[in-house]
Amino acid sequence: MIPAKFEYIKASSVSEALGLLDKHGDEAQLLSGGHSLIPTMKLRLNQPKVVVDIGKIPGLNSISEDGSNVVIGANCTHHQIATSSVVQGGVNVLAQTAKEIGDIQVRNKGTIGGSLAHADPAADYPAVILASGAKIEVEGSGGKRTIDATDFFLGIFETALESNEMITAVHVPKSSGGVYLKFSQPASRFAVVGCAAIKNDSGVSVGLTGVAGCAYRASAVESAYNGDAKAAAAHAVDGVEVMGDNFASSKYRAHLAKVFTERALNALG
Amino acid sequence: MKINLKVNGKDHTSDVEPMMSLAAYLREVLLLTGTHVGCDTSSCGACTIKMDGKAVKSCTILAVQADGCDITTIEGLSQNGEMHPLQASFKENHGLQCGFCTPGMIMTAENLLSENPNPTEEEIRHGLEGNFCRCTGYHNIVKSIQHAAESN
Ligand SMILES: Cc1cc2nc3c(=O)[nH]c(=O)nc-3n(C[C@H](O)[C@H](O)[C@H](O)COP(=O)(O)OP(=O)(O)OC[C@H]3O[C@@H](n4cnc5c(N)ncnc54)[C@H](O)[C@@H]3O)c2cc1C
Ligand code: FES
Ligand code: FES
Repeated sequence: MIPAKFEYIKASSVSEALGLLDKHGDEAQLLSGGHSLIPTMKLRLNQPKVVVDIGKIPGLNSISEDGSNVVIGANCTHHQIATSSVVQGGVNVLAQTAKEIGDIQVRNKGTIGGSLAHADPAADYPAVILASGAKIEVEGSGGKRTIDATDFFLGIFETALESNEMITAVHVPKSSGGVYLKFSQPASRFAVVGCAAIKNDSGVSVGLTGVAGCAYRASAVESAYNGDAKAAAAHAVDGVEVMGDNFASSKYRAHLAKVFTERALNALG
Repeated sequence: MKINLKVNGKDHTSDVEPMMSLAAYLREVLLLTGTHVGCDTSSCGACTIKMDGKAVKSCTILAVQADGCDITTIEGLSQNGEMHPLQASFKENHGLQCGFCTPGMIMTAENLLSENPNPTEEEIRHGLEGNFCRCTGYHNIVKSIQHAAESN
């Protein structure tokens, strides 16, 4: 399988990449790890005229601490996140989640920026990004802005990113004792359903992925939770249009969402 | 587009189309046909190679992305005509039948052992999540990797 013809440009800085996005508009696509983009190009579901490789831009693959946040560069691979002592120490649930993505080879190449921008309804990070109240740092030729995780995921493969913007980093508030549990699709390991639960000052925050067109904060579970995991988890799909596909019908998915939410809340202890 | 890369210790300069995968480049341009292509869609792991020290699926990487990189394929594992311990162990333990998946299995196992020299059986099975074998039922593959780890 060979993608349709395209022009390839390796960007050496964020501003060069943004300039290329401005110049080529909808004809251009960014390439980071390529583990979502290249398969879709080979299947001709996606035929960009210009591919802007941001994978080697210096400075986008570092992990650091900034007060109460862990700051993860957009180009950090899943493997880097899974094995980083800063992530393990600050927000271990994110390191554990990264470790569960795909397989060794996918984790060595796929990046957090690519995963969030791609917004696959079955991707793992969105659940944790939502539950932890992370902020996504994006840059366009007009400047920088940050987007709250709750405002970022809009629908199937749809985010709040403008077509001339790119993700530069993710700011994840530190937390301890978070949990991410998923029911994996047996071949790809994508989440049929995944639930992240994190303790906070007022109780718990819960993010669900795989259930609907995009990941969401299960606020009905959060407000119902008073120590009884089962009762709170019964609200996991309140007000949500649950997806059905060849892996799981919508009824089964709704059931899984409740079961995994209950297990995640119980695992929080 | 012009690319410069190192493959199995040797420098190469080539002119490639951006649409060419790294797997196709290795097989069709450098004639290193030990890297196999099974699914061509990032699922089976047959095309696994090492890129800058990490196991990756070369069917889902463009050759142009490998510009400036250091690549190792299955052909680059043996030293001075001696099989790599993993290759010897696969041979010894019947870790292959048709052999189609084997180069990818060995490249992934090499990555696994470089990060975890003494894996448990479960860790090995987890480590092979991205590699499919249609022949062996995996038991002897796992045994081969265990054996290679023990003898190191
Ligand atoms: C076999 C297999 C199994 C997988 N299993 C899982 C799994 O279990 N769980 C899971 O969550 N994921 C899984 N994935 C997806 C994987 O995590 C991808 O790596 C990830 O979704 C995309 O990251 P990437 O760096 O490869 O992005 P790319 O493929 O390079 O890009 C994806 C999209 O994001 C855009 N993009 C990339 N970087 C940026 C940026 N910085 N700013 C704005 N837009 C950007 C691109 O233009 C493109 O549209 C799997 C993939 C494969 C091939
Ligand atoms: S050929 Fe690359 S993963 Fe199957
Ligand atoms: S030995 Fe035949 S596919 Fe593995």
